[in-house]
Amino acid sequence: MTLDPMTLAAIVAMAVVTYLTRIAGLFAAGRIRLSGRAKAAFDAIPPAVLVAVIAPTVLATGWPETVAALVTALLATRLPLLATVAVGVVTVVALRQFS
Amino acid sequence: MIGPIPREAREGLADIVPVIIAAVPIGLLFGALAAAKGLSALEVGLMSLLVFAGGSQFAAVELWTQPLSIATLAFSALLINARMVLMGASLAPKLSGFSWTQRILGFHLLTDEAWALAERRAGSRPVTPAYWFGLCCLLPLAWVGTTVAGALAGSLMGDPSRLGADFAFTAMFIGLVAGFWKGRVTAVTVAAAGAASAVVYVLAGPPWHVAAGAVAGILGAYLAAPADAGQAAA
Repeated sequence: MTLDPMTLAAIVAMAVVTYLTRIAGLFAAGRIRLSGRAKAAFDAIPPAVLVAVIAPTVLATGWPETVAALVTALLATRLPLLATVAVGVVTVVALRQFS
Repeated sequence: MIGPIPREAREGLADIVPVIIAAVPIGLLFGALAAAKGLSALEVGLMSLLVFAGGSQFAAVELWTQPLSIATLAFSALLINARMVLMGASLAPKLSGFSWTQRILGFHLLTDEAWALAERRAGSRPVTPAYWFGLCCLLPLAWVGTTVAGALAGSLMGDPSRLGADFAFTAMFIGLVAGFWKGRVTAVTVAAAGAASAVVYVLAGPPWHVAAGAVAGILGAYLAAPADAGQAAA
């Protein structure tokens, strides 16, 4: 079990930066009042970020991932979250057999 | 156990269960990848505990070279996690009955998943400390535990993509996006964010695709939403 000083420094640097992003919103919150288009833009943050994180997997990996993502998306509004995950994983494993 | 667990904490615990299940294979995978780059199980566990942000941890392992560039790793973490500034700002006004200590400590536990679930909860009920800490207390344990286990197991696991484990987070994020669906504006957001992220990923590589996709999606929503009277003041 080793703990390299440079590795520890890197981990601490990442941790400090990450923690600052987590609490920064607490201090900004009271000063943000939004309506109309600005509110629509703010409300779009969650889906925009979630889609931005997964887009390379969905669109730039292979057709099984793209098709499995489409199948998952079609069922996502009708199924609970865990069932949605299960359908997605099963679909991608099945499709990869043919790729 | 002193007394019964409050109902709201139980509801938080129940809400996070699918996330925990989806996180297990991802944690094992992260640990195995980090071990392959030369990190010890202790270092993997420390990173999972202190950074506690899967996306930036994967990116860090991707960027892990000898000698280490601490500035590169910190900047990558900043780019990938910058979204949490906006997420925190969006969630903070919806917190109910939090002391400042609870906010400052509780927000170390802020993750995409906990935040998305808390936002969903805020649509119908207040987000109380009992709910938030119920929601957030298990994921760090699961994340540290599975990443350390992955580092210890290392190459014994084989290829995780064989089991589709690598797709679990993608499917979960799709499910979470569905929870935010508000019709046409959301459709434009998803299309713009997806296209921009994929293009930037191919052309510039990670971590730029996250920032590019987020900005494009937010801009798309702004343009797709009807213009309002208060626009002049903006």
